[in-house]
Amino acid sequence: MQNQAIHVKGLQKSYKKLHVLKGVDFEVEKGSIFALLGSNGAGKTTIVKILTTLLKQDGGTAIVNGFDITSKPDDVRQSISLTGQFAAVDEILTGRENLVMIARLRHLKDPRQVADDLLNRFGLTDAADRRVSTYSGGMCRRLDIAMSLIGKPQIIFLDEPTTGLDPEARIEVWKTVKELANNGTTVFLTTQNLEEAEQLADQIAILHEGRIIANGTLADLKKLFPPAKVEYVEKQPSLEEIFLAIVGKKEEE
Amino acid sequence: MEATRQYFFSDMSVMLGRSMRHIFRSMDTIITVTIMPIAMMLLFVYVFGGAIQTGTANYVNYLLPGILLIAIISGISYTAYHLFMDMQSGIFDRFHSMPIAHSAALWGHVLTSLVSNAISVVVVILVELIMGFRSSAGVLSWIAVAGILALFTLALTWVAAIAGLSAKSVDGAGAFSYPIIFLPFVSSAFVPTESMPSGVRAFAENQPVTSIVDAIRALLSRKPVGNDIWIALAWCLGIMIVAYIFAMRVYKKRA
Repeated sequence: MQNQAIHVKGLQKSYKKLHVLKGVDFEVEKGSIFALLGSNGAGKTTIVKILTTLLKQDGGTAIVNGFDITSKPDDVRQSISLTGQFAAVDEILTGRENLVMIARLRHLKDPRQVADDLLNRFGLTDAADRRVSTYSGGMCRRLDIAMSLIGKPQIIFLDEPTTGLDPEARIEVWKTVKELANNGTTVFLTTQNLEEAEQLADQIAILHEGRIIANGTLADLKKLFPPAKVEYVEKQPSLEEIFLAIVGKKEEE
Repeated sequence: MEATRQYFFSDMSVMLGRSMRHIFRSMDTIITVTIMPIAMMLLFVYVFGGAIQTGTANYVNYLLPGILLIAIISGISYTAYHLFMDMQSGIFDRFHSMPIAHSAALWGHVLTSLVSNAISVVVVILVELIMGFRSSAGVLSWIAVAGILALFTLALTWVAAIAGLSAKSVDGAGAFSYPIIFLPFVSSAFVPTESMPSGVRAFAENQPVTSIVDAIRALLSRKPVGNDIWIALAWCLGIMIVAYIFAMRVYKKRA
């Protein structure tokens, strides 16, 4: 239990007649990146909402950072932060004002300093005093994640953090997530993007029809399938590789 | 629990600061809540006013309470709108997953409504002073007027909160205020109710706006207030309590 950031057992949730979660079990190790994979409507967001105390489960238990989500929701909220599916930023405020606002709500000593540091770290200093409504999708997401880091929560929930981002912005987010985990933060991430899970996650769980049907490291999951056959296929660059190569060249020029 | 309670007021003031910025950065809001009532005032005083017989010498004085209520009614529809936008954007999810009081975000909107409506009421009164509004009312009467207006704002804000929290679309969030904005027209706000046909008159004399308008008018012209003020306060408090209970119920369910 000491090394577990999240411990979920028998989690159940229904919306009216729709039985979304039918007994979900998994554990997340401290300081690791955990990816929850599943198709649209599989219940990934439902799990995130339950673990972040936004939604009550119908059955089962969940312990987050050692605190039961039902009996100690305030302690859970102290330990976590959530970056939801839709960027939870205030578009009418500037980037700096957004960060200062969250720092105030976390009751930190020097909100302005906290904001300056994060703006710097996320490359938003130049845009700091512009309204967020003028930001690009990638900048919005960066600000969103920066807001989630305020107060140094031990566990960060990212619900489909790269949905709707262009490849460059996506790679930027991946870099940020890796840095977080290197600094000891536990990252809980949901995604439909298999490559994302492959790139980032220490542990991958697949949610299907209300249950976790596979759970383990990438190597573990690969073992579930027949051994790799050796085939000789000409390696064609993917469109993404082409795109990034061209765009990269442009920037060098 | 202790920590969230201890910080409730500081959290709420952060929320207040946030949504006040929303108001000041939206020209649309400022125009609707101040220019619209003033335009209506001009229209009634300088266009219709000559034909309206109120039995008072100064029609601006007669009109003032009703115009203030119209300013507030158009102001509170923004509470519904902003609440709805917050529910949509996911920022409420962020607030609610933070260690702050659950209702701080909602109270922030309610306080903002109170402050921004107070500002628009003051602006409207200043313009009316220029147009010839005069009152010999003392400080106590003005405090009473401010109190009634604040209660009226709070009552309607909680109604707006229900609309904003339960709406399925932006249009829906704003639609609730249309019927409310007609209430002052079918009241003693613009013309004396004696001039209306009996059915309309019965409605006008027994709906909240008339008693509120009459109470404010009496306070400002130093006439005896009578029962109007108690009926006005009862309406405001009653609406506020019922709307608050429903709004909180919707809030707990949806957010």
